[in-house]
Amino acid sequence: MKELSTLITITIGAILSNNFIFSQFLGCCPFMGVSKKIDTATGMGFAVVFVMGLASAITWCVYNWILLPLNLVYMQTVAFILVIASLVQFIEMFLQKSVPSLYTALGVYLPLITTNCAVLGVALLNIQNSYNFIEAVVYGITGGVGFLLAIVLLASVREQLVFADYPKSFDGFPIALVAAGLMALAFMGFSGLDIFK
Amino acid sequence: MDFKSQFKEGLITNNPVLVQLLGLCSVMAISTSFFNGIGMGIAVTIILTLSNIIISAIRNIVPNKIRIAMFIVVIAGFVTMVDLLLQAFVPALSESLGVFIPLIVVNCIILGRAESFSYKNGVLASAIDGICQGIGYTAVLLVMCIIREFLGAGTFGGGILGSGGIFDGGALGAGKGITILPEQYPMKLLTLPVGGFIVLGVLIAAMQWALNRSKQKAEEAAKIEKEAVQV
Repeated sequence: MKELSTLITITIGAILSNNFIFSQFLGCCPFMGVSKKIDTATGMGFAVVFVMGLASAITWCVYNWILLPLNLVYMQTVAFILVIASLVQFIEMFLQKSVPSLYTALGVYLPLITTNCAVLGVALLNIQNSYNFIEAVVYGITGGVGFLLAIVLLASVREQLVFADYPKSFDGFPIALVAAGLMALAFMGFSGLDIFK
Repeated sequence: MDFKSQFKEGLITNNPVLVQLLGLCSVMAISTSFFNGIGMGIAVTIILTLSNIIISAIRNIVPNKIRIAMFIVVIAGFVTMVDLLLQAFVPALSESLGVFIPLIVVNCIILGRAESFSYKNGVLASAIDGICQGIGYTAVLLVMCIIREFLGAGTFGGGILGSGGIFDGGALGAGKGITILPEQYPMKLLTLPVGGFIVLGVLIAAMQWALNRSKQKAEEAAKIEKEAVQV
């Protein structure tokens, strides 16, 4: 029972009250860069959910089964980024061969994920919070879902910005940042949801 | 390319944050106090300069296909070194920056400069580019910190100056900052994540406005000159 409540706390935290983008600022580059259209934003979001889940699982195993026994904990950043980069490359090759429809849908977003700080961030946070394997995987997947939610919401706002009348200097990035700021304000309302803490 | 134009490019016309729009995560996340800003700025500048030097030194040996992987390994190595050094000698900074020190690995500025500059230029030019781009990043970070700290907490130089700071006999990172606004005025909102997004948005807008204006002025001047020549 206690296990289950921990998992629910992690889920609610990662998606709403402690959202990766709006309260931890992880993954802002793709969040701002790929949120011009809802379609592409959704594609990117699903790719991130997928990679974050897998990356949490694999980096957890690498840390606990390889780095800890060999006393190589100080190499964790290097090890994790290499694991993530090769994982992304591997997923790309695998999808291209076996699920070409998904591969074309995700398109250029897959390789971009390597430098998404949310992926490396979730791997490091799993270790920092000393989660067990299941908690780490759940945190990875739900963190990705939080990213998906945020990027789809921002893309819908940005599509409507065409009709807005704002100063010309705010064109492009700045107005998107301000919109994201207002969304972060709205997400602050969820911060009371840390019920099990 | 001489040092002066590279410096101007890094600080203003091709500023990594305000013009190239790279490395936004860390700028928004840690610009809450002056101490964080200056620490992160120095860390990024050092890593950027060193990785630029190494990457431009090995650029002729590395095959084109695996260059990105090589860049990441070089950068991750330097980041690990800086991370461990900070943990050993400036634990207060390491604690307050937390996960954002190892995350410098995926900071787009460093990878971006590796790909677009140091992979194509010599060692000395790359070193200077690293320093200039690093200073540009640090400058934006400090401006963000000062604005957010002043409007959000009403203080200046948090973590370094003020009561309990290093000039008051305290430890590094413990200072409360010099209070400028009385307690009831500051908007606490700006020190929260919301402030990061909005202040950065306004700064980029101001930069776009300034760059557009100087461009228009130059165009007008050129036009007037042309007309004068025709007359």
